[in-house]
Formats: sequence, structure tokens, C-alpha cells
Amino acid sequence: MTTTHLPPTPGRRVAAPAPAAPPSKPHRRPRYLREQFSGWAMIAPAAVLLLAFVFLPAILGFGLAFTNARLVSPRPVEFVGTDNFVRLFTDPTFWRALLNVSYFAVVVVPVQSGLALAMALLINKKFRGVNFFRTLYFLPVVTSMVVVSLLWLFMYRKDGLINEFLSAASFGLIDGPDWLNDPATSMPAIIILSIWQAAGFHMIIWLAGLQSISGELYEAAQLDGASRWHQFRYVTWPGLKHTRTLILVTITIQALGLFDQVSVMTQGGPLDSTTTIIFEAVRSGFKQQETSYASAISLVFFVLVLLISAVQRYLTREKD
Amino acid sequence: MNKRFTQILATSIAAAALVGSLGACSKGSSSSTTEGPKEITMWTHAAGNPAELAATQSIVDSYNKSSGAKAQIKVQAFPQESYNDSVVGAASAGKLPCIVDIDGPNVPNWAWAKYLAPLKLSADLSKNLPSTVAKWQGETYAVGYGDVALSMFARKSDLAAAGVRVATIEKPWTKDEFQDALTKLKALGKWDYPLDMGTAGTGEWLPYAYSPFLQSFGGDLINRKDYQSADGALNGDKAVEWAKWFRGLADQGFMATKSGKDSTQDFLNNKSGLLYTGSWAGDKARAALGDELVVMPTVDLGNGPKIGGASWQWGVTSGCNNTDAAMDYLSYSLKPENVAAVIKATGGIPATDEAAALIPAFAEGGANRIFMEFSREYAVLRPETPAYPFIATEYGKAVQDILAGADPKPALDKAVKAIDANIKSNGGYKN
Repeated sequence: MTTTHLPPTPGRRVAAPAPAAPPSKPHRRPRYLREQFSGWAMIAPAAVLLLAFVFLPAILGFGLAFTNARLVSPRPVEFVGTDNFVRLFTDPTFWRALLNVSYFAVVVVPVQSGLALAMALLINKKFRGVNFFRTLYFLPVVTSMVVVSLLWLFMYRKDGLINEFLSAASFGLIDGPDWLNDPATSMPAIIILSIWQAAGFHMIIWLAGLQSISGELYEAAQLDGASRWHQFRYVTWPGLKHTRTLILVTITIQALGLFDQVSVMTQGGPLDSTTTIIFEAVRSGFKQQETSYASAISLVFFVLVLLISAVQRYLTREKD
Repeated sequence: MNKRFTQILATSIAAAALVGSLGACSKGSSSSTTEGPKEITMWTHAAGNPAELAATQSIVDSYNKSSGAKAQIKVQAFPQESYNDSVVGAASAGKLPCIVDIDGPNVPNWAWAKYLAPLKLSADLSKNLPSTVAKWQGETYAVGYGDVALSMFARKSDLAAAGVRVATIEKPWTKDEFQDALTKLKALGKWDYPLDMGTAGTGEWLPYAYSPFLQSFGGDLINRKDYQSADGALNGDKAVEWAKWFRGLADQGFMATKSGKDSTQDFLNNKSGLLYTGSWAGDKARAALGDELVVMPTVDLGNGPKIGGASWQWGVTSGCNNTDAAMDYLSYSLKPENVAAVIKATGGIPATDEAAALIPAFAEGGANRIFMEFSREYAVLRPETPAYPFIATEYGKAVQDILAGADPKPALDKAVKAIDANIKSNGGYKN
């Protein structure tokens, strides 16, 4: 690198100034450095955005959780230690939200992934019109959750489509409940809608997994006389190992973050039967202006998601 | 490699910071003239209401063209749902416009937060409807062109068929009469529920619509003596009595615990006999029903009928660098003809008699004059305290829980506990 001529140190006999890089290309950096540079340069925009809009707010949120910061206030922000957490853990609504989210996740994760897999198996065939069904199953995913919620809001009404259908199908025997306005049915109603909306997305991931399984394996299995069930059990299922892990983790995180449906359809009610952790955070932070309390809720949520994903990753790790 | 990464990171952040500060500079320099900038900005929540926006814009246009204009006003409109968030966001960034509109009950909160400057107007506000002038700690912070009033709508023929007296301002329905009226209306068997209270409403509708009933029973959202606690007001005997009465309306099958999305439309489609709604629905209902429509005051539950006061109002922000022009514009915009133009567009109640005289429906004998009387007779301001936004959410949740079947006393106690804790953690909302 040094091109300035240092005075030769006495005692050291050097025949010539250090043998530098070939004189023909004196200014070019080594190839691997250039590649690294363009690599980092390409990451930079995304990294800056991530830093500014994800990491920085997250760190700020961690800090704010220990203060009494407010959205609207002329008072200076003070450090209050764990006050927000004490309040949070003594708030029955928070525990109820935790319970609701767990309930939601415990039902949604197996049912939605199972349904998505069934749909993927159905459309992983070559027949006329398969694209029609693929589109049909995927359609709800493209529709915004807010729009879907608004539509289902009408269907779930006491005199809505679903109850009319139930009544007609049972010749007037079944008088459907007021789905979203009854603490017993509000969460199941949201679960059904959520699964319907999101299953198509995971169907696509399953489909990608299915199509990565080599067709030769199936041919070999058929030659061995394996039944359809055995083909699924011993070829398809093991072949989907990585897809399975991915879907498990993504559905769980999505389920824990339940918010849109609740915000549009029930506002956490009736009687806190559909309130969720994120909904509580948004309610506290924006409607009630308690930034610090909302930060505390978010921090607890973050730790929770981290823990659950870590456990899942551990359980589904490569064991060999 | 790590070193290089840090370098790139540092450079990127520096670049971002530079771009940011350049932007800030260019904004700052335009406002550094001595006599205030020649153009000031005004924000309104009316983006979703073209008629209201056009009326406001035409006032601004006429001010901008007038010879006395101290600055050119520029209107920026937001959708109502995101308006408050935009103001709060702009305030934290120190970029509030000079003139803002504000939902009346939020004025003390924003004044406390030092978003707003006290108004110094040349216009005389003494003849305004009291609920159109927002005061906090003795100073006026906002003024509105008008108000809205809650009332009961019914069809003449239904009341006659049920043998129910038409309530009037002189003689509103009492609690017993209301009970009797609902029983008789229900007996007609015309509707699933004879009464529609708009129970599907959310947000500010809940405290706006239902706290007047609480007040008519003798309770309140907070003790108004010093605004330091809701204990006794929101969870006292009167409040519990209100909650039981309110829930009872649903239990007796008089109203749905969750009404339809559009109560006015349901009423016009003859899905309910009695509709509790605001004056904004008056013109639509009259157009559909004509003389069949009766507009009645709300029920007297012990302490006289009560309705919520204050609607959207205008204020000047404390960071405004041409306050003089902002105040001048507001004074100009309060001329009766300007007020009348906006009120015609929004379907509100004009703030002054002078403006009312310019709108046939509100002039003496006009079809909407009765709403003005309601506002004058019954309006109770939502508690004028910076804690109001918090109180509103807690009360709204309590209302929804009670409708859903929660035990009234614990539900109200919970709200009181939260409200008191919030006031305490904010040092009593004192300056």
C-alpha cells in the first residue's frame, strides 16, 4: 500500500523497494475485496432501512418500557423502573389477552397448516383447470385482511349470511348465534375467518415443498407396491421436513401477532373474549396515549415470540 | 471485514443524517423572515367530506383574496380516522401547521400538551353557543362554527298507533314514560327491536352518546370539582343504576346489544321504531319521511335530559410563526355568512343566532331549529380535562362490557381504577 519512499533503515539491506503488485494494474484492489465491497454496498440500503425502522424503534421501545413516556405530554420523561411491568402483570386484561392468543395459536397452527397441506396435495396434480383451483384457493390471501374482516362482519351478523344458511340448511331448526357479539363464539368466529384467509398462503409454501420432492421416489415406491397412504407416509412427509419447520414457525408467529381482525371486527370485545396482546399494545399506545405501557407490552410480546420460536427451532432441529 | 462493515454503516448513517438535516434546513430557512411567513398552513379532518372541505376552502379563498389578508392560508385535508394521529405525529416532530381543527373534547389535552395557543380573536364569542367555545384553565383555546345535538327520532303514525305521547322540550319523556313507550311500541310487533341506540358504534361515539344518560341519572365521567378522580362519579350508586337501566333495555328486548352498522338507514328502512341519533341525520330522515318524522328530546332520567356538547373546532398552534395571521383568519372565518356556509355543508347547528338567521332550516320556525334548542337546553361538555382521551376509552370499554353482560359495579370500578391511576401518573394533569 505504501508508495511513499521511506528512508532505508540502516542495517537492513534491501535490494529494491518492496516488490509491489505488478505495475500493469497499480490501482485495482484484489478481486475478493471488490466482491465484498459490492456485497456490502448492496446490503447497505436494506440495512439502513432495517436499522432506522426496525432496530432503532425496537431499542427505543425497550428503553421506553422503563419510563413514563406518553404520546401527548408536556412533562419530561422519567425513569420509573419496572412500574409498567408490575402494572402489566397485575392487569387481568393482559392475562386474558395472553390466554386468547394462546387459544388462537393452539387451534390455528395445526388446523391451518393441515388444511393448507390438504389443499396443496389436491392441487399438486396435473389436470385440466388446476390453475383455476390454485387461483381460487389463493384468492383470499391477496385480499387485504381488513377487507376480508369487513366482509365477514356482515356474514357473521345475527341475520347475516351464515345464520341464514344454517337456518335454511336445517329447515329452520338451527337459530345461529350472534357470532361476534357472544363471548362464547367470538373467538371461534375469528379463528375460522383467519384460517380461511391465510391457508392459501401456506398452501403455496407446501406446494413448493411438494414439488421439490423428486418424482423418482414416487416411481420407486409405486414399483414396490406402496399404497397412496404409504407413499405419503414414507415419501412425502419426510420430504417435507424443512417446509414443515418453516410453516410451523411462520404460522405460530403470525398467530401470536393477531390484530387486524380484532381491530376491525370486535375491538377486543365482548368482555375481552377477543382481545390480544398486540391489540392491547395499540390501544394503550395510541388511543390511551400511554407510550411507555405499550412499550412494556411490546417488550413482553417480543420475549414471548423469541422464546416460542427458539423452542420450536430446538424441537425441529437437525438431529443428526 | 468487521471494520469495513462499520465503515460502511457509519458512512450510510452520516449520509442519511446529512440528507435529513438538509431537508430540515430548507424548511427552516423559509420561515425566518421577521414579520412571519406569507403563507401559513391549516389542517382539517374533512378529507372524507367533500362538501365540508369545499365550504372551508371557499372561506380560505375569500380570505386569501381579501385586501386585509395577513398571509395566504393553505388548506391540507386528512381523513378523519388518521387526523389525530397526524397531529400528534407532527407535534412530536415539531412540525405542526399554524391552524388545526380539533374535536372539542380533546382541546384541554392538546392545550395541556402545549400544542395550542390561547386564542386572541377580534370576533366576539360571547353570543356563541357555549358548547362551541372550548376553554381550559380560564383561557379559550378553540372555537367551532357549530355543534351537533343528540335526539330521538320516531314516526308520528307509530307513536299514535302505540298510544304514546310525543315528547317535547317543555315535557320530555321521564324514565317511566320511556319504559312505557318502549313496552307499547314493542307490543305493536312491527320490529325486532323497537329502539336503536346505535350500540354498534365505537370510539368517541360511546362516551358522546351514552355519558349523557349517565349524567341524567346523576353520575358523571369524573368528579368535576377538581378533575382528580372518577371515584364516586363513575362507579357510585347513580352510575350503577344507569348501567343497570342501560343493560335492562337490551334484556327486555327493547334494543339490540349490537345494532346495525347504519342506524339511520335501519330506521328509515323501518327496522326500528325509535332512533337515538344526532342532528346530522335530521335532513336525511326528513327527506325520506317528510311530516311523518318527529324529532324529540332525549329522555329525562332524573336530572333532566342531557346531550353531549362540542364538535370539531379550530385552534392555533403554539409553534405557529405567524400567530397574528392565524388569529386574523379565524376571526374572519367566524363571520356569520362563513359559519352559515360551513354549517349548511356539514348539517350541524350554527354557533350563533346571526348565522342561524342565514339558514332557513335554523331560522325561527325552521325544521332544524329544535336541534338548536336541544343544544342550548341540554348540552353538557365532556369533562374539560387533559385526561379526557383516556377517560373516553375506559368509559367506552365499560359501556361495551356492560352491554355484553358484565356485572355493572366491577366493570365501572375497573374503569375508575384505571382513570385514577392515569391521572395520578400524570401528576394530576397540572402544569
